[in-house]
Amino acid sequence: MIWFNQIVQGVLLGGYYALIACGLSFMYSVMGIINIAHGSFAVLAAYALFVLADRFGVSPFLGLLLVLPAMAVIGWALQRLILQRSARAGVLVPILSTFGLSIVIDNLLFEQFGADTRSLAPYIGSFSYDSWSLTDDIDVGYLSVLVFAAAVVVLGSLHFFLSRTPLGRAIRATSEDPDTVGLVGINARRVNAIATAIAMATVGLAGAALAMRATFDPYAGGPHLIFAFEAAVIGGAGSLWGTLLGGVVLGVAQNIGAQINPQGFFIAGHAVFLAVLFARLYLGGRGSLLLSTLGRRA
Amino acid sequence: MSLLAVEHLDVRHGLLQAVRGVSFAIERGETIALVGANGAGKTTLLRAIAGAHPVAGGRVTFNGAEVTKAPSYQRVGFGIALVPEGRRLFAQMSVEENLTLARAAGRAGAWTIEAVMEAFPNLRARRHARAGTLSGGEQQATAIGRALMTNPELLMLDEVSLGLSPLVVERVYASLQILLTSGTTIILVEQDLSRALRVSGRVLCMLEGKIVLEGRAADLTREQVTEAYFGLGKAGREAILP
Amino acid sequence: MNLDNITVERWSRLSIGSVAASVAVILLLAAGPRLFDANVIDQLTTLFIYVILAVTWNALAGYGGLVSIGQQAFFGLGAYGAVRLADAGVSVYVALVLSALVVGLVALPISAFMLRLRTGEFAIGMWVVAALTHLLVNLDTLVRGETGTSLIALNAYAAETRHALTYWTALGGMTAMLGILFALLRSPLGAAVQAIRDDDDAAASVGVRVMRTKRIIFVLAAVGIALAGALWLATTITFQPKTYFSVQWTAYMIFMVLVGGLGTFEGPILGAVIFFAIEAWFGQTGVWYLVGLGAAALSFALFLPRGIWGWVDAHVGLRLLPVGRTLRMPLGASEARDQIPRFRGG
Repeated sequence: MIWFNQIVQGVLLGGYYALIACGLSFMYSVMGIINIAHGSFAVLAAYALFVLADRFGVSPFLGLLLVLPAMAVIGWALQRLILQRSARAGVLVPILSTFGLSIVIDNLLFEQFGADTRSLAPYIGSFSYDSWSLTDDIDVGYLSVLVFAAAVVVLGSLHFFLSRTPLGRAIRATSEDPDTVGLVGINARRVNAIATAIAMATVGLAGAALAMRATFDPYAGGPHLIFAFEAAVIGGAGSLWGTLLGGVVLGVAQNIGAQINPQGFFIAGHAVFLAVLFARLYLGGRGSLLLSTLGRRA
Repeated sequence: MSLLAVEHLDVRHGLLQAVRGVSFAIERGETIALVGANGAGKTTLLRAIAGAHPVAGGRVTFNGAEVTKAPSYQRVGFGIALVPEGRRLFAQMSVEENLTLARAAGRAGAWTIEAVMEAFPNLRARRHARAGTLSGGEQQATAIGRALMTNPELLMLDEVSLGLSPLVVERVYASLQILLTSGTTIILVEQDLSRALRVSGRVLCMLEGKIVLEGRAADLTREQVTEAYFGLGKAGREAILP
Repeated sequence: MNLDNITVERWSRLSIGSVAASVAVILLLAAGPRLFDANVIDQLTTLFIYVILAVTWNALAGYGGLVSIGQQAFFGLGAYGAVRLADAGVSVYVALVLSALVVGLVALPISAFMLRLRTGEFAIGMWVVAALTHLLVNLDTLVRGETGTSLIALNAYAAETRHALTYWTALGGMTAMLGILFALLRSPLGAAVQAIRDDDDAAASVGVRVMRTKRIIFVLAAVGIALAGALWLATTITFQPKTYFSVQWTAYMIFMVLVGGLGTFEGPILGAVIFFAIEAWFGQTGVWYLVGLGAAALSFALFLPRGIWGWVDAHVGLRLLPVGRTLRMPLGASEARDQIPRFRGG
């Protein structure tokens, strides 16, 4: 039954991965940019919530009311100041600039908070470890379920937003053809800035989940970027729900790997990622899209 | 006051000067045919008027207000609409979605989805189909409909017959009849000279970025236009000599 | 326009002079251990390693168009390979070079796989490869996880000899890398590189073997970085996986190449020198130094992506080393160089 419990935990972990992956793949499919600083922004949000909780006694859940809008504004600024310019300059520049940005964020956080690992778990009381006991071996944590549910809600909302609302349609159109959208009266720059703001808001939520479920330090951005990337790639092209599937596969693989070897957690995750990549490249042909959730980015 | 006034317009396309010192004015309700060989600068001129292409020099005035620096999405709000060369539909979105996008222009008017369906009946059946799966004629109809949905005062059509069979072109122009006779101001680029002379009130002929011939369709003969088109006449010689 | 009299020049007076000067500098440096004291030798060794890092990352990104955030995989593998080879009894300095070559072999299958990814996916994908490599190396009992191990075989040499040998190996490695790249850029591969940089598909349509060219560059870059990693091990003696597989190395490489000049030959060398100087002066300020590096990389990427040398090249047309071609038109017309920017290769 231990194995079954690991699978259950893996599925729930997948909820977190889906949450952090959806912002990354959303930005990639809308603007064709992979934001290397993605993980660093999640950690930034985590620290913001930590400061609110530690210094001002604000519960992290309440803190989100401040942090999420702040992240959206940061997303707006990120697009207008850095990404817009980078995208114009060619394919390499967005990677280089967002990488530089991640180094700046990581090290500023280190400067401010030092190397200690932190967590938001102490600030949410028993919620961080309360669980339902399904059977003797299987415990399902309240927090894990909440994060999974949040992922489902976010993915579903994004899906609805993109397919049914005028702004969502505008975002889809802009991602297909940013030059022609102007001809139908859509301001491509504004639309992209809004899309980035939305993506960053989800990143903020992911940062909260990250910090409540586990510990973090200033340099946690890189590893979490990799998790997000792997989940997004495993899930593949298609609907946003692919991201959820990808997250679950990653989480389950990791948890099973952990049973074999302490390092197995990470090794299994990377191995599954590479295996899926391999399968997709060699079975699907070179043109197959790995990350697009809107089905189109070239 | 003219609806559209273009003065000494210079537009570059990379290192190439695509439009050189072009000046003309259009009155409300006119239908202008813009003709010229490939590379004469017609598409670049239309895109510059629509705001989709940056202008290196000169002015564009619409309804008395200068719009030279305004980005394209703003000009749509003023009432300038372009049906771009190659249609440029959003292939992953349905016909209906392509049309409703244009509501972003925020201009009220007679053109609604129903009105577009009436004007282009062949779209009715394909309303929810993805634009990428449409036939050439259907795509052209959708592209025109999309521009119409912005309820423009000036509609510019760039090579609507491109890539379409003669029969389909006939149907497209038949649907356009309503527009052509309704008093909408239209600039259309058309390779077929006879058709251009037939449907338009005035003709502008471009050669290597300059306007080499301008006149009422009724006053011009095919021969005159052809000469200007290929730069064979006096006007043409003046244009190609440095 | 008389097309008969256009000539293609590869060497100019300036470039002949520069190459001659470079050779002279290298010969002078070779006599280093006799001329300079131990501290200077150590500093120069570090500088040579930085140059290797910068030049190879530039080869990958500037010539191959491949931005990789995971080159630290090969840096660590180079050091790890040296540890393993030395442990197996191979003479230390041979082990350093041999390790680099072995890593090149390992890079071959990796390239077959990773090069099929598109730009952004390749960038992070390589980071995943680095992370996985780090984990796998940790599994080796010889390395003892994060505690690490040392290249104890180095202790067989007296300190002065060790410093000198490491210095020469580094100098030799750097010269070899520069020499190979120089030769490659002047060969048909160089033109292929330029073509690929401009447009993958167009290049393929005129017969450029895009994948093969990228693969060569990928493997060459792996060998170079592996050598740098092995050399770093020779200078620090200890091998802690976390240090060698850290993404920090990629940050350094990106900084050097962006600031120096992405896609130019001379740029990365300039970038390495600048990085060396900055590290010497500011390295002790701790984290602010890293913030500065990141901010500089960000700023250059946004505002001056062709780096300092690229800016100089664009404004002054200074090409010290003859990796490109210049069209010269006969008397009467101005030099083609300025009119047709694309006709300058490299």
